[in-house]
Amino acid sequence: MKIRFWGVRGSIPSPGSKTVRYGGNTTCIEVETDDGETIILDAGTGIHPLSQSLLKKLPLSCSIFITHTHWDHIQGLPFFVPIFIPGNQIRIYGAFDPVLQKDIGDVLSRQMEYCYFPVREAELKADIKYNSLHERQPVEIGSARVTNIFMNHPVLTFGYRIDCNGKSMFFTGDNEKLYNIYQPGDDYYTEYENQISRKNALLDDFIRGVDVLIADSAYTEQEYPAKKGWGHGTYNSCVDMAKNIGAKALYLTHHEPLRSDDELDGIQKQLNAIEALPVCIAYEGLEITL
Amino acid sequence: MDTIRKDLIQSVEKMPAFPQSVHRVIELTSDINSDPRDLVKVIEHDPVLITKILKMVNSPYFGLAEKITSVNHAVVYIGINTVKNLALSTATLGVLPRTNNAGFDMDAFLLHSLSTATIARLFARRLKIQERDAFDFFLSGLLHDFGKVVFAHFLPNDFKQVLQIVKEEGLPLYEAEQRIFMTDHAQIGSLLGEKWNLPTHLITCIKDHHHHDRKESLIIDVVSAADQISKELKIGFGGENRIETIPDAIMDRFGANLQAVIDSLGDINAETEKALVFIQK
Repeated sequence: MKIRFWGVRGSIPSPGSKTVRYGGNTTCIEVETDDGETIILDAGTGIHPLSQSLLKKLPLSCSIFITHTHWDHIQGLPFFVPIFIPGNQIRIYGAFDPVLQKDIGDVLSRQMEYCYFPVREAELKADIKYNSLHERQPVEIGSARVTNIFMNHPVLTFGYRIDCNGKSMFFTGDNEKLYNIYQPGDDYYTEYENQISRKNALLDDFIRGVDVLIADSAYTEQEYPAKKGWGHGTYNSCVDMAKNIGAKALYLTHHEPLRSDDELDGIQKQLNAIEALPVCIAYEGLEITL
Repeated sequence: MDTIRKDLIQSVEKMPAFPQSVHRVIELTSDINSDPRDLVKVIEHDPVLITKILKMVNSPYFGLAEKITSVNHAVVYIGINTVKNLALSTATLGVLPRTNNAGFDMDAFLLHSLSTATIARLFARRLKIQERDAFDFFLSGLLHDFGKVVFAHFLPNDFKQVLQIVKEEGLPLYEAEQRIFMTDHAQIGSLLGEKWNLPTHLITCIKDHHHHDRKESLIIDVVSAADQISKELKIGFGGENRIETIPDAIMDRFGANLQAVIDSLGDINAETEKALVFIQK
């Protein structure tokens, strides 16, 4: 299995002289399975450069798994060139939106409406199929198996685990560590604490022992208090998660749009001191072979 | 009878929430900094909101890997924002009128339901039942009489007749309902519970709260006792004042008569007041 990062930025694309080394595209991760199948995690703007590289593989068959439908995770989809080419088979997976009562296809089609984009969905030439997934519903893709679990973010967000020939990776999507909304002494404090432990245990069991953990580390510890409840992790929360579940390596993504290359270098330097496992701030073009 | 039931069950899908909670939900969901704890409380103190939300999160749409049993559980599992949005869309479907043609006072009814719920939870605490399970006692108390709202809302003229019979002949409400509808609020409530996918022990509790002698069940005994205490203390009004026998299991543990049981529970009025702030402006 090969993992390639095509977009590591959160919220909004951030091109410019200060983001050249880590990259300015929003979330997109390519996973190439051992038998050459293409799996794509999220369709942020990083999917556009990825699509250029996939033009060598026509006719293309690929599966795109959407963690959630916030812009920075779907914005690149209308610019994923293979959707315009006849003969390509594209499968798109994600959660049903229970608030809008719409499936993943409806939600994604909205951004192709004529007022937002000149090509209507009906005019796309590739064979595109949408599939709404239930929690933990496995999808077999060649020799790989993709499963999902709900994470903690303002909209329902799937984290995806991919297993292929004994190797495994997990991508959190956007995720904030659960915290108690009650204060010690409140009626529900203990019950809520128990619910959190339960949910954490389910998540830990689901991810335990993966070779690669890719996690949302949007904030520093200093920034976090002002952003609590926004649904993102911190560098420390990601490292804690990786240690808890015994990940063999941790890759950090969803960098803040204003975080410069120099700042990220500084943070990487601090993370190098961690002995339990290798921790790496992901950058566009980074490739991991398992 | 089956037709009446079917019609009632179908109509109840459109049942709106109580006016006070709708107001509070709109208020809380339009403030980005509102306290999530307040939203949880408002939802769990409205019989319509809580059942609809639990029904939705447990529906195949969500496709959750485990069954959600309380509002707090839902918040941990799917996040406060999703719960907030569900509450808003549920609450704004309409507002239950304060009055109906049956002359059944909705505010007084909600007060009776809430006080029964609160007293049931007080019992659960005295019985050292874990907070997570104590919530089931609260919910059963909140929903035990929900079938009455269905009658008042959808068959107001017949329900008016029921209330009249209770007043004039001193019959238990459920017997008067049987005479007019061939079914009663406990049965309709339990059918709703089934439709709303509530846990089985809650459904049984709603169904048997006037017949605690039918089977041995702590939750039924507790809700039945809480119902009588709410009537004895006249906190709200659920259509009748008649006090039924307190289950033996409750007498054995809490006191020789109704007053002794009440005294053993502490300040019930204060507890009910605390519950009420979540549904009042």
